[in-house]
Amino acid sequence: MARKVTTGAKIGWTILAWVVALLIFFPILYALITSLKTEQEAIAGFSLIPSGTLENYITVQTQRDYFKPFMNSVILSVGSTILALIIAIPGAWAMAFAPGKRTKDILMWMLSTKMMPAVAVLLPIFILFRNFGLLDSRIGLTIMLTLINLPIVVWMLYTYFREIPGEILEAARMDGANLWKEIVYVLTPMAVPGIASTLLLNIILAWNEAFWTIQLTTTNAAPLTAFIASFSSPQGLFWAKLSAASTMAIAPILILGWFSQKQLVRGLTFGAVK
Amino acid sequence: MGSITLSKVSKTFGEAKVIPSIDLEINDGEFVVFVGPSGCGKSTLLRLIAGLEDVTGGQIKIDGRDVTDAAPAERGLAMVFQSYALYPHMSVRKNIAFPLKMAKMEQSAIDKKVADAAHILNLTDYLERRPGQLSGGQRQRVAIGRAIVREPSAFLFDEPLSNLDAALRGTMRLEISDLHNQLKTTMVYVTHDQIEAMTMADKIVVLNRGNIEQVGSPLELYKSPRNLFVAGFIGSPKMNLLEGDYAKAKNGKTVGVRPEHIGLSKDSGLWKGRVSVAEHLGADTFLHLDVDGIGPITARAGGEFGASYGDTVYLTPDETKLHRFDDKGLAIRA
Repeated sequence: MARKVTTGAKIGWTILAWVVALLIFFPILYALITSLKTEQEAIAGFSLIPSGTLENYITVQTQRDYFKPFMNSVILSVGSTILALIIAIPGAWAMAFAPGKRTKDILMWMLSTKMMPAVAVLLPIFILFRNFGLLDSRIGLTIMLTLINLPIVVWMLYTYFREIPGEILEAARMDGANLWKEIVYVLTPMAVPGIASTLLLNIILAWNEAFWTIQLTTTNAAPLTAFIASFSSPQGLFWAKLSAASTMAIAPILILGWFSQKQLVRGLTFGAVK
Repeated sequence: MGSITLSKVSKTFGEAKVIPSIDLEINDGEFVVFVGPSGCGKSTLLRLIAGLEDVTGGQIKIDGRDVTDAAPAERGLAMVFQSYALYPHMSVRKNIAFPLKMAKMEQSAIDKKVADAAHILNLTDYLERRPGQLSGGQRQRVAIGRAIVREPSAFLFDEPLSNLDAALRGTMRLEISDLHNQLKTTMVYVTHDQIEAMTMADKIVVLNRGNIEQVGSPLELYKSPRNLFVAGFIGSPKMNLLEGDYAKAKNGKTVGVRPEHIGLSKDSGLWKGRVSVAEHLGADTFLHLDVDGIGPITARAGGEFGASYGDTVYLTPDETKLHRFDDKGLAIRA
C-alpha cells in the first residue's frame, strides 16, 4: 500500500533536504569564494562576494608545482584501490561463499580496526616505515592506504557477493570451472556494478585521506592533501591561497564523483534496496 | 554410460543427521525421480551425487568409478537447478557454450554443438539474448541446453519446474520426458510433486526424513505401497486411511482405499455419507464426504455424477483393491 504524502509535507521535506544539502556544501562553496578573494579580503570578515581575482591560483601554481602532488594523488588513490581490490576480491569471495564459524567475527574484527584512532599507531608505523626506508615513498604510502581501506573494501564486496545466488556458482562448478575460472568468468562479471562502486568510493577515500599522507611524506610522495597542508605554514596562514589550493585539490575528485554519482548511490544502497 | 551406485551414504549438517544411511542403485539410462515432502533430504541426496556437498560417510560410484571425493566437474554429470542458475551476464549462446569452453573445446566444435542444442530446444532465435530477456520456460530450456551439450553420463534435475506456472509445467514435463527418450541418458530428478514423479519416472524413490521408504516403478508404488507413508504420498487425491471397526474386520490396524476404488450410488451401498465438498473438475468430480461410522472419505466420481453439498450418497469400497497395514504401518501382503 502506498503511503499518502500531503503536498505540505512534501514541500517541508524538500526544503529541509535543501537546507541540509546547502549546510554540507557550504564550506566547499566558501572555500571556492575565498579562493577568488585577495588575502586582505579573505581575513576581513564574512563576505560572499569576492573580487574575482585569479591571482591566488597563479601564485599557488608558480610557488609550488600543482602537478606533482596531483599525480601523486592519482597514483596513490588508484594504486591503493586496485591493490586493495586484488586482495579483497578473493577474501570477500571466501567469506561470502564458504563462510566458516568465525567469518562474522573476522569481519567485525576487520571493521574494528577502523574504529581505532590512527594516532594510536602512528609511532610504530612511523618506525616501521623508517626502518624499511618507506618514508616519503609512493610505494610505502600506497601500501598504507591499501591497508587502511582494505576493511571497507572487503565489507562492501562481501555485501555484493552475498547478493549473488550461490546456485549460479554451483552451476559453474558443475560446468567444469575451477575456482579461478569461477571467479574470473562468473563471479567478477556478475559483481561488476558492486566492484565499480567499491572502486569509486575507495578512490575518493584514498584521495581524501589526510592523516597518513601528511605524516609519512615530505616532498617526493606528497599528494594533494599534503599540498594543501603546506599552505598553513611556515609563514602563517594564507587563507586565500589555502582556499585556492584546496579547490584545486578537491576539484578532480568532485568531478569524478559528479559523473559517477549514479553508480555510487547504487553501490551504497546495494542490497538495501532491490 | 551412466549408472550411479550409492552405498551407505550419509550426510550430517552440524548436529542434524539429514541422511542416516542410504543404499541405492540407479541403472544406466533410467529416469529416476526422488520424491518426498520438503525437508526429506531429496535435494541433499542429489547434491551429494553432484558433488556439491561432501558425504559424511559411505561411497558414491558412477559407472563403477569411485567419485566420493571427486570434484563436481570430474564426475561427468550435468545439473539443472530450480532457479535455472543461468549466467546473467552472458548471452544464451555463451551460457550454453560455457561448459564446453571450460573443457577447452575448439571454437568450431563449440559452435556446432551449441547450434544443435539450440535446435533441439527451440532456442535458435534467442541465442543472442540475455537470460533476463527470456520467459521462465525459455530460461529452463537454456539451462537444459547447457546441460546437454556436455553429453554427461547423467543429468541431475533439482526441482526444475517448480518456478513455472501450471500450464508451462505440463509442457516442460513432456519436453523433459521427450528429451529422455531421445538421449536415453540417465536422469535423476528431484521433486516434491508426486504427479511429476508418477508421469516421468521409470523408477521412483520415495524419501522421508532422509530414509528411503520405497523404490519402484510408478505403478508398483501405486498398486502396492510398502507402508502408510508411501500409501499416503503417492496418488491424488490421497488414499483414504481408515482405522477402527472396519479395519479390524479386515484384519489390519489401518485399511487404505483409494478415492477411485470406491463405488458410488444414490440408492444403496455399504456406507452412507453426506457430501461436504464437491470438486467438479469436468472429467472427474472429487467428493469429500462425511460417512456414518467411518469419518471423512474422499471419493472420485465421474464428471456426470451430479452431487452437491448436503446430498446423501452411498459408497461401496472395492474390496479387491484394499490396502491393509499392520500396527507398525507396514503393508500386510496376501
